[in-house]
Amino acid sequence: MKQPMAKGTDEICRRFGNDRTRMMDIVLEVQARFGCVSHEAMEQIARAVNTHPVEVESVVTFYSFLSVKPQGQVVIRLCSDIVDWMKGYEDVADAMSKELGVTMGETTPDGAITLTRTPCIGMSDQAPAALVNDVVVTHLTPERGRQLIRDLRRHLDPPQLVTMVGDGNNAHPLVRSMVRNNIRMRGPVHFAGFEPGSALRKTLALAPEAVIREIKESRLRGRGGAGFPAGLKWELARNAPGRKRYILCNADEGEPGTFKDRVLLTERADMVLEGMTIAGYAVGSDSGIIYLRGEYRYLQPFLESAIEERRRQGLLGTDILGKKGFPFDIRIQLGAGAYVCGEETALISSCEGLRGDPRNRPPFPPQQGYLGCPTIVNNVETFCCASRILLEGASWFAAMGSPRTSGTKVLSISGDCRKPGVYEVPFGITAQELIEMTEAENAGSMLIGGPSRQMIGSERFGGRICYDDLATGGAIMIFNRARNKLEIAEHYLDFFIEESCGHCTPCRVGLILLKRAVHKVVAGAGEPSDLTDMRDLSNFIIRTSRCGLGQAAPNPVLGALENFGDLYAGLVAERKPGLLPEFDLSQAVVDAELRAGRQSKYV
Amino acid sequence: MTTKARIATVSLAGCFGCHMSILDIDDRILQLAELVEFDRSPINDFKEFQGRCAVGIVEGGCCNEENVHVLEQFRKQCDVLISLGECAITGGIPAMRNNIPLRECLEEAYVKSPGVYNPSGAIPNDPELPLLLNRLYPCHEVVKIDQFIPGCPPSADAIWDALGTLLTGKPAVPVYTRIKYD
Amino acid sequence: MSGVTLTIDGKSVAAEKGQTLLKAAEGAGIYIPRLCAYKDLLPHGSCRVCSVRVNGRIQAACVQTVTDGAIVENETAELQEYRRNIIDLLFVEGNHFCMYCEKSGHCELQALAYRFGITAPRYQLLYPKRDIDMSHPDVYLDHNRCILCGRCVRASQDLDHKNVFQFIERGCRKRLQVNGEALAATDLQVTDEAVASCPVGALMRKRVGYSVPVGERPYDNIPIGRDIETAGEE
Ligand SMILES: Cc1cc2nc3c(=O)[nH]c(=O)nc-3n(C[C@H](O)[C@H](O)[C@H](O)COP(=O)(O)O)c2cc1C
Ligand code: SF4
Ligand code: SF4
Ligand code: SF4
Ligand code: FES
Repeated sequence: MKQPMAKGTDEICRRFGNDRTRMMDIVLEVQARFGCVSHEAMEQIARAVNTHPVEVESVVTFYSFLSVKPQGQVVIRLCSDIVDWMKGYEDVADAMSKELGVTMGETTPDGAITLTRTPCIGMSDQAPAALVNDVVVTHLTPERGRQLIRDLRRHLDPPQLVTMVGDGNNAHPLVRSMVRNNIRMRGPVHFAGFEPGSALRKTLALAPEAVIREIKESRLRGRGGAGFPAGLKWELARNAPGRKRYILCNADEGEPGTFKDRVLLTERADMVLEGMTIAGYAVGSDSGIIYLRGEYRYLQPFLESAIEERRRQGLLGTDILGKKGFPFDIRIQLGAGAYVCGEETALISSCEGLRGDPRNRPPFPPQQGYLGCPTIVNNVETFCCASRILLEGASWFAAMGSPRTSGTKVLSISGDCRKPGVYEVPFGITAQELIEMTEAENAGSMLIGGPSRQMIGSERFGGRICYDDLATGGAIMIFNRARNKLEIAEHYLDFFIEESCGHCTPCRVGLILLKRAVHKVVAGAGEPSDLTDMRDLSNFIIRTSRCGLGQAAPNPVLGALENFGDLYAGLVAERKPGLLPEFDLSQAVVDAELRAGRQSKYV
Repeated sequence: MTTKARIATVSLAGCFGCHMSILDIDDRILQLAELVEFDRSPINDFKEFQGRCAVGIVEGGCCNEENVHVLEQFRKQCDVLISLGECAITGGIPAMRNNIPLRECLEEAYVKSPGVYNPSGAIPNDPELPLLLNRLYPCHEVVKIDQFIPGCPPSADAIWDALGTLLTGKPAVPVYTRIKYD
Repeated sequence: MSGVTLTIDGKSVAAEKGQTLLKAAEGAGIYIPRLCAYKDLLPHGSCRVCSVRVNGRIQAACVQTVTDGAIVENETAELQEYRRNIIDLLFVEGNHFCMYCEKSGHCELQALAYRFGITAPRYQLLYPKRDIDMSHPDVYLDHNRCILCGRCVRASQDLDHKNVFQFIERGCRKRLQVNGEALAATDLQVTDEAVASCPVGALMRKRVGYSVPVGERPYDNIPIGRDIETAGEE
């Protein structure tokens, strides 16, 4: 058994040129082939790529899809986002774990199947969902969960679970997935027709500077959430000194409740690839990388073939569309289950084969990014926009949307509504309009932009989706009035705790203590001063954390305090002098009571 | 004649080192005696509260049910409650067991540890022995604490400063050397 | 080297382009608290105790470089509050029992807590279960006291030209790991800069013990950072 692993690992390293910066690919392959990256494998990899075993370990232990200990031949990752909970996660989990005879996180004794959970896998519109190795299964019920296990027990071959394929390219032979697109509203930017190469042809007729000017005039802002002006980013990278430049496409789509990039990659791969190529021309780069989240691995062969097809058509490769001296090519970098890798500097680290720790800034990526070279990182949708802008013109694009946010936005809408799915809408649309479009009944609150942004109550449903009001990278979750807002806040706090990279103190430790504070209040042991403390701790974490994760992580709690303060206020009370309510003597002596066989005389 | 302020002190899961430090204020103890009267305290060996106290001083954290009970009484009887010393504040040496299960601790102490002679292997369990808590709790996790005087033990000067402030109402000037954790 | 001028707490400070705020302030006799910053190692930006406001935004002074005309706030009530919080978080995250720690009196974390007048942690102590690695003949590694500052990691790489340490896991499970089964299996030597770089009692030389009497240790009487402040007064 040892020998094949040693040989296999060596072979995998060789395939990636024994290149340390391709560590992610190497360890992902080793994991897929041997069910883990053992310490022996780490030593072997370290030797092959000329680094230290502890460096390999630091990567392997960072990503949740990689493991040092052996996992089952099939790993079932149940998506445990709040939307999945609302749609019956608990019953499904229960059914599957009973059928398997193991609890969450365990592997069957025969080493065949591991059952575990994972945060949002980008299927909120078809929840509850799960990943079975790379295969996505959606709309789970307890019965379907049990059946799935019985089927797996028979063949241990996840692809065989797909008996019915989804619409559009989900049915493509290289995808063959039961995922559905659920495109509910097609707008002019992303879902109008697109001829591969058409935007690129227009691009190459312009000077690179003119392309950047075009993007600037369109007033395109990044669609990943932060809304940084795309043209300015491109210009900074173009003007930064460097031998080589890189175009990175952020397809990590980790924000819970977001799934629009998945649909764009499935149905608009050409627009994404073309947008990257346009950026390459504008910035002066010959290399692009798509950072594809591990959860979307099922799309990788399809995307590879789209890239290959574009090479064949002369839309990628050297002398693109006959333009002398314009080479550009794209590779896919797979992620391995780490939300923080969506943060652009963490994404760069991950592409370099390192832990997904965000980096210190300065330097900013357009100055020094991937391998120290000027790099732009843009969202999938941003690249799609760029393609359309070069095709239709900046003024066509800028005429759409709200006064200060041009164009359209692709939204992923899920939760308590009849029509969850993907909507391309003009910026400036109100939350109320979204509620009506999606046929949400009795909506009580909305999470705009996912947990890292804001929870709003009905008094703000008149607010507009745009960067000046309700900013969002695309996630919209609707909750009806009966939903427990405090539970939602606590759930997402857990998410951020799990996903923190642990580098900086406020995020690593502060979130744990915030969680304790929230829990104390929710458990009914809080005093009014605890609410002030929660607010102070939240603001402290937001202001002193190093990256966007920590700077956003307390938002669910702060949002709940601000919008639904009464709920918390109703739980706290002043206490009389005596034992603190959070100290439970009966719990504290339970071990001793059992051991001594007598009851505490003070309880 | 004004009535003297009443002070109570106790050592819970502590080593009496902090109490020794109280006595270490040397001749100032005479000044103190002018200002205060000791209620229940190891200093006069009163085991029960005589009345309501202005100040309660607690050495040591809570390692058993009785510590909790006593601390609760202190909280109820004292206007101002002070955690004195590291064990009261952070658990100190007794908190070394905090990430070891109770059973293992007891077996280590009474059965396995080198030098233990215990042929029956029994762990003491007299009904008079208070039940141990699952871990050591610093005082402020059990009741509300108003003031902390760190140190292992706190210096006599630190204690004197804190008491002086409380009893005279004059704010203390912060002195760097007063705060020590060892 | 071209110069820039900035203001720190209202004081005009001349600095060199490319300098960090931390170093620029130091040059002007202003102490900005720090833990993960060490000598000339690349900044880590992890402890956040050096947080300052630069033109209104909170930034890590050890990472941020000076810009001309920048308005920097250092000793505001808000920032002192945040720094105190961070010190507290580091205390409660590990197991810090100074009464039996050989680093006591020499420890930068403890010294900062003294400087900030902290009498008790504001947050609940977490009492994590952590290991001690005694395998090495001359050095021990007590994870109970490690504050994940990465000084040893960088010192080993950049000063010792080895690679003895690295971080593994993430979030609250993140911890220091050594390049080998245990410390003894690495090429660490007691004379390595990495050993000297540890600000707390985590990475310690064996058989030194409590060699300096209480009362004579570096931070017994003089607050941390005072040397920087007094250098500025001259
Ligand atoms: C914790 C965290 C996660 C992020 N995840 C994503 C993501 O999944 N996709 C994305 O496009 N941007 C994400 N971002 C934003 C990126 O850092 C970056 O701003 C974006 O990719 C820039 O592209 P854009 O300007 O086109 O939006 C994330 C940011 C943070 C702080
Ligand atoms: S804020 Fe959180 S995720 Fe970001 S660097 Fe700090 S610890 Fe890592
Ligand atoms: S490392 Fe510092 S703070 Fe921690 S126990 Fe030792 S002296 Fe105290
Ligand atoms: S061992 Fe010391 S130097 Fe190394 S990370 Fe921990 S605290 Fe920092
Ligand atoms: S010294 Fe700046 S973050 Fe630690």
